[in-house]
Amino acid sequence: MSYEIYNTIVAIATPPGEGALGIIRLSGSEAIAIVNRLFPRKNLLHQSSHSLHVGVIQSDEGQIIDEVVVSLFKGPNSYTGEDIVEISCHGSSYIIQRIMEVCLQGGARHAKAGEFTMRAFLNGKMDLSQAEAVADLIASESHGAHELAMKQMRGGFSKEINHLRNELIRFASLIELELDFSEEDVEFANRQELKDLIHELLTYIYRLKDSFSLGNVIKNGVATAIVGRPNAGKSTLLNAILKEDRAIVSEIAGTTRDTIESSIAIGGVKFRLIDTAGVRETEDVIEKIGVERTIKELDSSALLLYLFDVSQMEPADVHADLEQYNLLGKNLIVVANKMDLYPTRPLDIYYYPSYVDKKNLVSLSALNEMNIIHLQDVMVEQALNHSASREDAIVTNSRHYEALSETADHLQKALENMEAGITGDFLAMDIRYALHALGSITGEVTTDDLLDNIFSSFCIGK
Amino acid sequence: MFPEYDVIVVGGGHAGCEAAVAAANMGSKVLLATMNMNTIAQMSCNPAMGGIAKGQIVREIDAMNGYSGIVTDHTMIQFRMLNLSKGPAMWSPRAQSDRMEFAGKWREMLEQNLNIDFWQEMVTGIIVKDSRACGIYTSLGLEIPSKSVVLTNGTFLNGLIHIGNKKFGGGRAGEKAAKGITEQLRELGFESGRMKTGTPPRVDGRSLHWDRMDVQPGDENPGRFSYTDTPALTEQRPCHVTYTSPEVHAELEKGFKDSPMFNGRIQGIGPRYCPSIEDKINRFAERDRHQLFIEPEGRTTCEIYVNGFSSSLPENVQYNALKKIVGFEDVKMFRPGYAIEYDYFPPQQLQLSLETKLIQNLFFAGQINGTTGYEEAAGQGLMAGINAHLKINEEDPFILNRYDAYIGVLIDDLVNKGTQEPYRMFTSRAEFRILLRQDNADIRLSQKVADLGMKNMDHRIEMVNEKSEAIKGIESFANQFSVEPGLINPYLETIGSTPLRQKIKLSTLILRPNVSFEAIKTYLPPLNEFLQQFDGEKISSAEIEMKYSGYIGKEKEQADKLKRLEKVVLGPTMDYGRITSLSSEAREKLNQIKPMNIGQASRISGVSPADVSVLLVHMGR
Repeated sequence: MSYEIYNTIVAIATPPGEGALGIIRLSGSEAIAIVNRLFPRKNLLHQSSHSLHVGVIQSDEGQIIDEVVVSLFKGPNSYTGEDIVEISCHGSSYIIQRIMEVCLQGGARHAKAGEFTMRAFLNGKMDLSQAEAVADLIASESHGAHELAMKQMRGGFSKEINHLRNELIRFASLIELELDFSEEDVEFANRQELKDLIHELLTYIYRLKDSFSLGNVIKNGVATAIVGRPNAGKSTLLNAILKEDRAIVSEIAGTTRDTIESSIAIGGVKFRLIDTAGVRETEDVIEKIGVERTIKELDSSALLLYLFDVSQMEPADVHADLEQYNLLGKNLIVVANKMDLYPTRPLDIYYYPSYVDKKNLVSLSALNEMNIIHLQDVMVEQALNHSASREDAIVTNSRHYEALSETADHLQKALENMEAGITGDFLAMDIRYALHALGSITGEVTTDDLLDNIFSSFCIGK
Repeated sequence: MFPEYDVIVVGGGHAGCEAAVAAANMGSKVLLATMNMNTIAQMSCNPAMGGIAKGQIVREIDAMNGYSGIVTDHTMIQFRMLNLSKGPAMWSPRAQSDRMEFAGKWREMLEQNLNIDFWQEMVTGIIVKDSRACGIYTSLGLEIPSKSVVLTNGTFLNGLIHIGNKKFGGGRAGEKAAKGITEQLRELGFESGRMKTGTPPRVDGRSLHWDRMDVQPGDENPGRFSYTDTPALTEQRPCHVTYTSPEVHAELEKGFKDSPMFNGRIQGIGPRYCPSIEDKINRFAERDRHQLFIEPEGRTTCEIYVNGFSSSLPENVQYNALKKIVGFEDVKMFRPGYAIEYDYFPPQQLQLSLETKLIQNLFFAGQINGTTGYEEAAGQGLMAGINAHLKINEEDPFILNRYDAYIGVLIDDLVNKGTQEPYRMFTSRAEFRILLRQDNADIRLSQKVADLGMKNMDHRIEMVNEKSEAIKGIESFANQFSVEPGLINPYLETIGSTPLRQKIKLSTLILRPNVSFEAIKTYLPPLNEFLQQFDGEKISSAEIEMKYSGYIGKEKEQADKLKRLEKVVLGPTMDYGRITSLSSEAREKLNQIKPMNIGQASRISGVSPADVSVLLVHMGR
């Protein structure tokens, strides 16, 4: 409805991609208070302008996110003319995103394109002659931002969001119908039907949020399953990547009976590594459960590390395995292990099928931690290419995530209010806020949209 | 023969009447020019005032010293408060009026105002000098000079009535259409369009079988529209409800080939929410019946309005179909329903004051702006009348915001978005509807018009102040008064509300759903005693303010954000074509509308948030 120019905004100030440092910048009257609540070490409200403070950023639940340096610039002597806080953290996109998240939870909102510059201008920090340049910047960055965002979304997401929008409009129409057209001879939805509808909508939104591949990357890391025949060295590789003895390693095939999960940040990308039980026919009951779980894990992972033992496997076996894993449709990295045992074996004898990208071939020795860094580079590259986790996309997408969460919050509120027996006019307010939140992805939903829906669905008119 | 008037109002319908009294009560010398003085304040369609969202508008008009509410209170034959179960923002007063008494009372009130003169003749044009309206031309060739002109022509501009294959010029059943004004305005550069509306047949109540229909009585304790001391309604006439049937639909379908709606003879756009009966059957074929409200046209007359049966089918088709309706078996028709096409002027050509952008001191109000409904028309008339007066006295225009009034929403929508079909108010159009309630229109608006210099406001302001004081008093009482569990628990149990374990403040207890002052006061003697000094309306208003303070506060916050954007003034001389970073659509729309401020700009369709940012940057210093 209205363009809000007065609340506190937050954005990532460092350029997209990996760097040693990341900077998150907040501007607005609440900037210092918001960061202060995340910064237990000292009270930032009592510090002077242009000062630096070392400490940690901590989430609401008390989890430490990173050690940071906080810089304070109090208005009007700052870039925007408002209070500005800059948080310098380590340059992992995961950490940066987490800090963004807690700032958003704390009451800041995502800055729109060019908004810092705009505020600087509005607060008299820039020359009038720069107005047109600033305006051009904003215009070029945010005109059609919504269309751009929709294009960036992959696969069926935009379809799903549109479906959600239509369902919400339908729901809002039902509420408005009984307010504006209570005198009409149409059938109104009863409260239970409305509740069921909200439940459906909520389930839908939660599913959408979960299916948000990038949201998952940010929150949970790239799910990476290490697969291969028994005793290919999967657990050893996991340990090598993690540099700790996370998995029990032994020389008996079938040692790993369960899937083992560990998280690690490599090059700023968080990976959730899943060491799977070796896939093979087995009569061992415990191991059998493990194998079933493996298949499940494979299904939910985004990246497969297929590992084979160069000393044991014939090219035809590898080929057969790859055929099988390829059916899963995941990104595949092929790792030839135990090169130390067979250092001269020419890898081209494995004549990999065309669907395996040459760049995704790695030969290493997990036991001697030889060439592990190469594998890590390939993993990061894969994750960045395929999960669209470049910085701009992350921002766009986490905005969507935020919008969805906010939509869900308002619907949840509506549901509670409905339970409490609140009347339709107030219920409609919650629904309007929900529509408004979703509007940041789908474009604004107007009264005319609701009325159009009502007039096309119901016979109105005495 | 004529002095120079301050304001000439052309047209004597709901918009024209309110425009005339508003300007007159502001102190202007007014001439009301109408083709027929016997049809002043005619209810051309439904004999009813108010309804959902419309009732709120009538309350607002009354709060600003318009007469629609007073006239309705004096002449109504039934009153209902609609939507009582939907929450206080939705409560909407509605009255059945005695059509002839309504018109008579309006004329009486106009005649009592010595600032208003009358002239009965067709107005054929506006005297324009230097792009400024300064009088009117009439069909007798007269020139009547004035400082400003308010056009409220309703459906009369090139009105064309359709009944089946017959069509003839007319502004209303039995009245001539008005010629000349559209043509002149188009020559001056105005854009015009065609709209369509319709009305149902009127029938003879003596020929109906009332016992075969359901009765719909008025409220047991009827309320009223005016905040002043208008007489209470004592005797009411009921409405009746009956339904169409497949047999009725079959009769109507026989005439579809002769329907001007279906065979393309009607070009104008009709309202989707007020379709003709043939349209309903056609679009919702799966429904085997449609509800009809059978409304008396007056206290003593037998004339009946068949609400829900609007039609432009041939008269014999209408008659044959009516006869198949339960209760209408022996119906006699007074006159058939008809459709009417008329000229309107897309309202983006107006400023928020309702003055046209092209011609100074020329104002439009009512259906000429593409609206429908007596209440919408009356609200615009009042605003146009006030603003015409202010303009000729070189004062700032009086603009109501979206958070001030439904009338503000109405005009803001018209000017910024235009309308594709006859525009009717709905509560859903108001984003601040929790603030825009029928119980607080006086608190919202009376002081505003008093500040403008509107006459006869002293008593109203006194009452508003009394009411505000009462609300404050009740709130502070509730904040201090503690409720004993022993006294109130018996009542709470009867309504299934959790009993109290310890004393709580009355202000907390009142937040519970289903708990009202009215219901609990018998259990709490001190409360009962305290409330005795206030009338029911004041207690109800206080209760609403307290019970819903959370929601009210939220909307106030939203309204405040909008207010801040509205402080960034843009002004009528801005050339948006030069701001190249605006999208081309935004540039075009902004140049067309010329918004007064950024808040208004943000509501123009085609102006995106990015465009708003660009504007903010340009206005930054």
